[in-house]
Amino acid sequence: MTTEVGSETEVKKDPEQVGPDKAKDKPEEASETVENEKSGKTSSEEAQDSSSVPAPASHSSPSSQKKEKDSSESKGISRFLPPWLKKQKSYTLAEPKDEAKKRAAGEEQVVEESECHPPEGMAQPKRILEVVAENNAKADDKEEKHSVSSAETQPAKEDGKETEVEKVAEEKEEKQEKEKRETKEVQTAEVISQKSPKKIKTVQSKVVLLDGTEYTCDLEKRAKGQILFDKVCEHLNLLEKDYFGLLFYENSDQKNWLDPSKEIKRQIRSLPWLFTFNVKFYPPDPSQLTEDITRYFLCLQLRQDIASGRLPCSFVTHALLGSYILQAEMGDHDPEEHHGDYISEFQFAPNQTQEMEEKVAELHKTHRGLTPAQADSQFLENAKRLSMYGVDLHHAKDSEGVDIMLGVCANGLLIYKDRLRINRFAWPKILKISYKRSNFYIKIRPAELEQFESTIGFKLPNHRAAKRLWKVCVEHHTFFRLLSPEQPPKAKFLTLGSKFRYSGRTQAQTRQASNLIDRPAPYFERTSSKRVSRSLDGAPMGISDQSLLRDFPTTGRPSAGDKIIDLEAAGQGKLKEGGREDDVSPLKTPQLELTQDGKSNSLRVDGENIYVRHSNLMLEDLDKTQDDLLKHQASISELKRNFMESTPEPRPNEWEKRRITPLSLQTQGKKGDHIFQVKTLPGKEKQWTAMPRIAGTKPEEIDKSSHETLDIVEEKKQAEVGIEETLVVDETDKGKMQVAADAGETCKVEHLSKKDSSSLPSYSSSSSSSESEDEEVGEYQPHHRAIEEVIREEQEEEEDVKRRELEEKIQHVEDTPQSSKPTVPVESMQVTAEDSVQENAIIIPTEEKNLSEEIKEDLGEEKEEEQLKLNGDVSHVDIDVAPEIICCSEPPVVKTEMVTISDATQRTEISTKEVPIVQTETKTITYESPQFDGSADGSAGVLLSAQTITSESISTTTTTHITKMVKGGVSETRIEKRIVITGDGDIDHDEALAQAIKEAKEQHPDMSVTRVVVHKETELAEEDED
Amino acid sequence: MAGLGGGPGAFGRCTHAVVRALPESLCRQALRSAAGPEVDFARAEREHQLYVGVLRGKLGLRVLELPADESLPDCVFVEDAAVVCEETALLTRPGAPSRRKEVEAMKRVLESLNLNIVEMVDENATLDGGDVLFTGREFFVGLSKRTNQRGAEILADTFKDYAVSTVPVHDSLHLKSFCSMAGPNLIAIGSSEAAQKALKTMQQMSDHRYDKLTVPDDAAANCIYLNIPSKGHVLLHRAPEEYPESAKVFEKLKDHMLIPIANTELEKVDGALTCCSVLINKTSEL
Repeated sequence: MTTEVGSETEVKKDPEQVGPDKAKDKPEEASETVENEKSGKTSSEEAQDSSSVPAPASHSSPSSQKKEKDSSESKGISRFLPPWLKKQKSYTLAEPKDEAKKRAAGEEQVVEESECHPPEGMAQPKRILEVVAENNAKADDKEEKHSVSSAETQPAKEDGKETEVEKVAEEKEEKQEKEKRETKEVQTAEVISQKSPKKIKTVQSKVVLLDGTEYTCDLEKRAKGQILFDKVCEHLNLLEKDYFGLLFYENSDQKNWLDPSKEIKRQIRSLPWLFTFNVKFYPPDPSQLTEDITRYFLCLQLRQDIASGRLPCSFVTHALLGSYILQAEMGDHDPEEHHGDYISEFQFAPNQTQEMEEKVAELHKTHRGLTPAQADSQFLENAKRLSMYGVDLHHAKDSEGVDIMLGVCANGLLIYKDRLRINRFAWPKILKISYKRSNFYIKIRPAELEQFESTIGFKLPNHRAAKRLWKVCVEHHTFFRLLSPEQPPKAKFLTLGSKFRYSGRTQAQTRQASNLIDRPAPYFERTSSKRVSRSLDGAPMGISDQSLLRDFPTTGRPSAGDKIIDLEAAGQGKLKEGGREDDVSPLKTPQLELTQDGKSNSLRVDGENIYVRHSNLMLEDLDKTQDDLLKHQASISELKRNFMESTPEPRPNEWEKRRITPLSLQTQGKKGDHIFQVKTLPGKEKQWTAMPRIAGTKPEEIDKSSHETLDIVEEKKQAEVGIEETLVVDETDKGKMQVAADAGETCKVEHLSKKDSSSLPSYSSSSSSSESEDEEVGEYQPHHRAIEEVIREEQEEEEDVKRRELEEKIQHVEDTPQSSKPTVPVESMQVTAEDSVQENAIIIPTEEKNLSEEIKEDLGEEKEEEQLKLNGDVSHVDIDVAPEIICCSEPPVVKTEMVTISDATQRTEISTKEVPIVQTETKTITYESPQFDGSADGSAGVLLSAQTITSESISTTTTTHITKMVKGGVSETRIEKRIVITGDGDIDHDEALAQAIKEAKEQHPDMSVTRVVVHKETELAEEDED
Repeated sequence: MAGLGGGPGAFGRCTHAVVRALPESLCRQALRSAAGPEVDFARAEREHQLYVGVLRGKLGLRVLELPADESLPDCVFVEDAAVVCEETALLTRPGAPSRRKEVEAMKRVLESLNLNIVEMVDENATLDGGDVLFTGREFFVGLSKRTNQRGAEILADTFKDYAVSTVPVHDSLHLKSFCSMAGPNLIAIGSSEAAQKALKTMQQMSDHRYDKLTVPDDAAANCIYLNIPSKGHVLLHRAPEEYPESAKVFEKLKDHMLIPIANTELEKVDGALTCCSVLINKTSEL
């Protein structure tokens, strides 16, 4: 059975299976024939075979076999399927028309027919692949199984469930229960499988290019920024792309750089997928750029900057630069062609006058002979000397509340008051850059005669603005000052803080790289700047200036908090009202539809940020980012994606191996597999279909326990006492939960939130919140080889509260499998024992896994990957795994802490300690799958074994209890995992939790999650006055 | 058009100079920061004629000499009335009310040169040209008794191409009372504590690294650098008779054509070398 299941799942995965009926019919016949042949043997054998056959079937399984299997499965499943689920099956059923007839005749007939038909020859023309597979001798066992299954199932479907029942009865008396569950699972699996192809949803994203045109492409929803960026650069034929980036606008005047290393949707959230391609790092000396095309794009950017007023210049300069634009676009001045107001169509300056145009025209005449590339170069040579060239301005207030502007440039940080530069801090002078809430701090190296470092604070309009500024600083520092992005080792010294680091190439690296550019100068068309000017008018692009030029609507007070509160309020409200949230999502990300549907509670922190000490996560991130970018992002991201998407694989992929083996998890993994399998049987497989390998291996184990519970407890403890809220949400059938629910398992998710932060989450929804903006407080201390400066960032997030320590505990509980089937223990010992379905108690020794021991640099790639997980994209996880398991994330109630911020006057030292932590809140949310109670709790059972394993990593402590019980003839294995995630502000708890769940699932593919309890402890801080 | 400032190589280029004769009222009525010996008008006139002679005769500049105005005792210090950079001239609003009318004559002459004229009409703004140091790459504006923030802002608005940084000036009349440009990228700076402090401020505020030429005497640090096509680097500096130690420092500038000029009389009323002329580089006759 198990094997079948495995194969079936595979089949389902294949798109072809679903394919046109016609095609299938023939193949089916063929398959039937095969089946028939074998079928005679099989009905009884099937069960046994399943164990024996496993691997080969999976490997070889050609589509045809799969199809057969499918049908069989579907049939079997169909019986148990609730009406609503049946629809899905319908296609499978519909396919075999011939078969149906045959079935009607009787199984025997079917066999005969099959025999009569030259097995596959008929079918071949249509399906070559299938045929081949069938032909293979190897296939025999498989085929037998398949055939059997198919024969059984198909007839059952069409004829009616009765027949099925009969067969079933014959075959399996004992197993019925299991089957039922299996079937249910299968159903769910089917559902999933169907959805899975859809999962890869694409989103159309638009990018406004520098010439004002739009580039449109479809992106996978989960695509990272890099993917889009690469596409754009490819479209532009741009190689020296490190100077550029993609912007998206919030509120039309707040621009954010799309982080290439993170998923797009998490960054933009609900914003439209509309970006603008812009210069991010203005090369101080454009003449050092290698290619003209690069300079051309820089020119286009500068034209925008100038025309919009972002880059101020004098009348004379406007005229001069304008004349170069004319020369580049129109060539030499031609009195016959160029007359009248041809110039007026161009926009050279924000306030373009007739006088200026005349001057431009006049100067244009003097450029005779300049090629477009030369004109561009001249343009750049003049533009680069402008004092505001490459300066990214941010509104702020000084300690006395005076409006100033902070300008980030290649050399450091410039302070402007009105148009005057009133101070300047070169990068070498800056020891640390940090932000907290809406405050931005720089720690200044002591001057010659001074002994102490001083910290200067600035007040930004809101928290997000502070974070944006901080990020820009980190990026500029890294790009212009470092030879390479910060290395992981250095990261060690970093304290805690946001994970954010610049992940791209530095200027030094990009120069090196561009030296290697070896291609003929690419031809490119210079589009008229007229277009550019137009685009400026309406488009979002020009807007950035406004932010600078006009005062922010927001008061000096952090507005971020407000938003956060709203979100939370919404989320909480829902939770409390319904006990579950059907869609918190609207606020957050649409990404995880499944999860959201299911229930996603997003943990949102009330109020603003709580200052949190950060764990070393930053470091991790650094590693990741660096490697990614420096090496092959694509490959890594693939890895990551695979990892995340993949459901538990029987054989761990490389990543897993690394992670697990060192940690000595192996045993657990086995157990887990069993457990999960028990419930999932067919369903699982389908889900896992993604991984081809699975089919072979897992099938064996499928039998075991039926019910499992996964408790995921997320606890965040931070010290202080707080209010505990417990929410219990039952999830019965919600989208994702279906699997679990259907299986008859319950999931409880308990959230105990005590101080915390935004972490938790919602796997689904949470993701949105988490990544992009989670960090409330960031510190960046740039260590570089040559440079000692340390930049420190404090992360913050609007939503997130700062957490000092968050502990998240995840408990996985598995429960009693009602029926156990014989499993073939692949690696795990326990499995075998259990097979004796009934009363055998299976003892599973628990093993620990260290998710991450230390995420620091030490762990090379492994850690990176782990990090990925931890920090990682929840989204992937959510969709595939998390959804099923859980459900829950709930907005932790966190209160805003008000940090009194003394605006740092110059030279005032500001200590981070300021943050008063007032309260702690705890929240517990439990999600249980409905059926859980019945199965698990029913009988006390006999304890066979129990094990506890603890592993620790920097941020995570995982305690695993594995208990095997025998209840009423059914062995039950329960694995309870407690994962404590501790972290300061930056940890993305949602992700961490999702990750934990996912891992749990992966480790125990055969088990289902019945219970998820999340405890959150959050530190609450007082509210600021402001 | 050479572009912005014509680049570093163009610093100090100059075709025209605006000067103004000194009125007799200067001796008694000119503003002075400290009481002292009375100005010897005749000697002052001789020194000034020598000064103008160098610009016109030796360096070949077209010198536009405004007549003296007895009602404006400080009118000889034309520098304070206008800041000219490339094709743009900012008519200032001198910090001393008694000097505001000096700008009128300056306006007329600058208009005759077809410069883009910007007037400082904001009544809250004050700016003396003596507080404006243009390095070729950026402006430093001393915030002194004569120049305020608003004045500096207007200057920044006028010369948008350049960074304008403010430098507090406490012990001296003007920023350029103790410093000036002695060459491209070379700042002459006095040795006083105030001068050194101001230099540090400027260094911190600038993205560029300037060389510095430290002279023992603050007053001697005010010199005039010109880049004359036929003569190369030209430096007008205070005579050895006045500041021998400082003169020795200047004499180490091997690449410069050094022209010592005495300014003993006008110094009594806080006059320095740069104060007495507005240098203009007209590259076109537009």
